[in-house]
Amino acid sequence: MWAQGNQYLTAEASQKLVVKRGASAEAKIAVSVQPGFHVNSNTPSDPYLIPLKLTWAPGGALEAAGPPVFPKPQMEKYEFSDKPLSVFTGDFDLIAKLKAPAGASQGPGIMLGKLRYQACNNNSCFPPKTVEVRISYQIQ
Amino acid sequence: MSALRMGSVLATGLLLGCVAYWSWPARPAKAASLKPDGERHAAPDFVLKDADGKTVRLSDYKGKVVLLDFWATYCGPCKIEIPWFMDFERKHKDQGFSVLGVSMDDDGWDAVKPFVNDVGINYRVMVGNDSTAEMYGGIDALPTTFLIDRDGKIAAVHVGLTSKSEIENAIEQLLQKPAHPAGGSGRVSLPAELVGAR
Repeated sequence: MWAQGNQYLTAEASQKLVVKRGASAEAKIAVSVQPGFHVNSNTPSDPYLIPLKLTWAPGGALEAAGPPVFPKPQMEKYEFSDKPLSVFTGDFDLIAKLKAPAGASQGPGIMLGKLRYQACNNNSCFPPKTVEVRISYQIQ
Repeated sequence: MSALRMGSVLATGLLLGCVAYWSWPARPAKAASLKPDGERHAAPDFVLKDADGKTVRLSDYKGKVVLLDFWATYCGPCKIEIPWFMDFERKHKDQGFSVLGVSMDDDGWDAVKPFVNDVGINYRVMVGNDSTAEMYGGIDALPTTFLIDRDGKIAAVHVGLTSKSEIENAIEQLLQKPAHPAGGSGRVSLPAELVGAR
């Protein structure tokens, strides 16, 4: 539901991932939240809040080797909340853990993912949105 | 006059000007956020279902002042306002006033019903859709609150968390005015298929 419209967050893999067949590797994803906004962390403090979530599209040569690693959330107090909320603001990195199966084809490819988030500022909230995450890789 | 002294005089003048502006007694009261009658447009009619599955049409509220609140369960600022709106509903319902809440949660009633029950919301809540949002200008920020006068026209729009007193003052002003005798509802009736509930 809702048009995607403005994005309040960007996410970009910082460098090409080189992985040997049968091995695992970590990709760093640089995330940047617009100044004045925050997004709920992956472990929000209220069950009604929508967590930051990274998912991968099926079909790539790489596969997830475990859940992504999120930084420690900030506990921030806002005008609209009695208690501090577990959020991310500004710039931070996510670590995606990936592996190339032993039988994967050698060569380049792109791992596609989606980062779902829900942003607010100090007096408004915005509908949940997703941004595409692309990780270029080379399987050796 | 030296450049330094000139700068000092200008800065003092600017400061006094700001003080005069902010303390000027004729500065409009907060409830002046109501649009003048001539600038109000008809609130688009919608047809949605409430938590009991009953049909809710805005046009059913013809002759009443309506607070139409677009909100979501994940929206912290909305949760500050909801108890205010429950209070307004209690205080003003006998004067021809109703609150209607339109949730914009993607998960629909699965998310909304538990919240409505937890909070004990005392006014009608519906689940909105893209069509409803588009009719009201493509709601993006939540909460967005529309105050609709007895003639079915949008008298005020508040985007984001606002103050309780500002909204209540506006409601009280609207309640004091009877419906325009020749105004009818003024609401735009759209075909049901365009505004159907999910």
